Amino acid sequence: MSIDAPVKVTPEARKITTKPRVSDQIFRGIVTAFSFSALLILSLIAIFLLLKGFTTFKEQGLGFITHFEWSVTQDEAGKEVAVFGLQAMLIGTVVISFVALAIAVPLSVLTALFLTFYAPERVKKVLVTIVDLMAAFPSILYGLWGFFVLMPMAEYWAKLIQKWLGWIYIFDVPQGVYSRSPFIAGIVLSVMIIPIITSVSREVFSQTPLDRIQAAYALGATKWGMIRAVVLPFGAGGVVGGSMLGLGRAFGETVAVYSVLNIVFRTNFQILFTQGGNVASMIIQKWGEAGKTEISALMAAGLVLFILTLIVNFFANFVVTRAVKSGR
Amino acid sequence: MSTISQKPSVAPTRPWAATPRDRAMTALSVALSILATLTIVAVTPMKGKLAYFFLFFITWFIIDSLFVVSKSGSKGVKDSLAAKVTLFGGVIVSMAVFSILWATISNGVKGINLAFVTQNMREASLFDPIGKGGILHAILGTVILIVIAIIFSVPMGILTALYLTEIKGRAAGIIQFLVQAMSGVPSVVAGLFIYAAIILNTPLRSSTFLGGLALTILMVPTVTRTAQEVLNLVPSDLREAGLAMGATQWKTVALVVVPAARSGLITATILGVARIAGETAPLLFTVGVFDSYNFNPFKGDSGTIPTVVWAGLMGGTPESIQRAWSAILVLLIVVLIMFVAARAFGSKQPKR
Repeated sequence: MSIDAPVKVTPEARKITTKPRVSDQIFRGIVTAFSFSALLILSLIAIFLLLKGFTTFKEQGLGFITHFEWSVTQDEAGKEVAVFGLQAMLIGTVVISFVALAIAVPLSVLTALFLTFYAPERVKKVLVTIVDLMAAFPSILYGLWGFFVLMPMAEYWAKLIQKWLGWIYIFDVPQGVYSRSPFIAGIVLSVMIIPIITSVSREVFSQTPLDRIQAAYALGATKWGMIRAVVLPFGAGGVVGGSMLGLGRAFGETVAVYSVLNIVFRTNFQILFTQGGNVASMIIQKWGEAGKTEISALMAAGLVLFILTLIVNFFANFVVTRAVKSGR
Repeated sequence: MSTISQKPSVAPTRPWAATPRDRAMTALSVALSILATLTIVAVTPMKGKLAYFFLFFITWFIIDSLFVVSKSGSKGVKDSLAAKVTLFGGVIVSMAVFSILWATISNGVKGINLAFVTQNMREASLFDPIGKGGILHAILGTVILIVIAIIFSVPMGILTALYLTEIKGRAAGIIQFLVQAMSGVPSVVAGLFIYAAIILNTPLRSSTFLGGLALTILMVPTVTRTAQEVLNLVPSDLREAGLAMGATQWKTVALVVVPAARSGLITATILGVARIAGETAPLLFTVGVFDSYNFNPFKGDSGTIPTVVWAGLMGGTPESIQRAWSAILVLLIVVLIMFVAARAFGSKQPKR
């Protein structure tokens, strides 16, 4: 019996490498692949709408944007004559959205200021919940409410505005019909976009550097003086960006607008009159009885709407990101 | 020694706090402006709720300013006016919300009965008297739709968020931007896209599955952005601890980061569902309408709550409109429950 001499084991040094393990490579690969789904979906939307709307773009050319007629008729030979032009609807979309902004921006900024600087803690909690809740309401609910609750009231407001401000062209009404007007659609949209603008404004206001606020107070400013001198200049970018996000939402709103608006293919700037348009709700309106040519035109309209909202959102996000970052 | 135990004779003062005199003045100005409003409405031709509302605020602005000017001068007046005007904004916003809630509840309850939530519309039409037929088929249809949307959008959204917070790859800036752009896609475009890409090109026809795909487009950005915020809240100590223990990044994310953010990720899902539960426009292109149960998500039109509301609104008779209100009340209750649940989960802080 002999005891083996201890074997001398020299442990081999583990290879140190920055190369990730196989499991990590798979993990990173999958996550990266999925993260491109947004790019994939957005480009697929553009490609398919362009493919299906291509014939319309080819036949109508630039007239698709500049004409204000939308009709499919048959000539004597029984051949289809289609004229599609979005002008009235595009202008209508912009008109409604600006009515909405004109109402929503002041209210949202006031609410955001109230929430950030004036409201007692308890009121603040309740109001924040209310504003968040607004964002969660389904759009069809806004449509129902707009039609049955708001419309009777808003008609009365419209009559008042016409009575006192009717000498301004946009507030004049050629025939005494006040229902289903761009004004009412604008109010409904304004209620829908208030939560967006309020929450973005609130976020920016609350990031106002504390030292500047205290400096203003130290110089003897009242609260309002402080807000005017410090908060508003600082938060202006955020308010603009938030308003543009709201504008993007307003451009694309379909069901709520369709419920309260009388869609007519005529360019109309008289916001109190029962005549207006909106690209998104026009698509819904025409979809039911659309033939093959018209479906192509509606796809093209969808593409125009898609690009429009993408552009607005692009600028909005750019402005908001810059405004929020500058506070950090 | 005895001097230390003596209590300081000067009590701290709070010169900015409202004195009883200030409070009395506020109460007096409110009372006076209510009186003034009532008199003006009674005397002049201005009538209606609108008149009461605006006159109250205007008279209050004026009367209270008179009180304030005596105390703190013109600067004080501006300051107190600003406070009142912002309050005015908040009141208008809350009034709109309460008006919507009140209209839904008061109009909706009239049509709610047992049949409404336990039957379908096979034997009844929208125009039949209330009490005949219900929307159970639509409730089930919406549930199936939401489940399909969750199956697609939750993995997509959370993995995208993981890319933005954990991997932070070279494309993170672009992806972030694209997700934001995607959140602005109009719902009608999502429906048109599914129609253009699938219904026009393949033998597949409108079904709950396609509706779920359309809703996925709308849901992914919400899930991604909320999940990203939550994952950013997970303290980086946890990640570093995981890596320092020798875990791979995959293990760290799967066993440390995601469990720590679990309740927040549930919130993200719920908020995404709340975003899409009431979407109507894409369903008109992709799901259609149906009056009875359809449990096959791949084939055939299906009833959903938003399209029932839509059909009721378009129907235009008192009965169909009543059904629309009741259906939207059911939908609103579901959305409210999800909203409360999201807040409950969201208020939990990530585990430390």
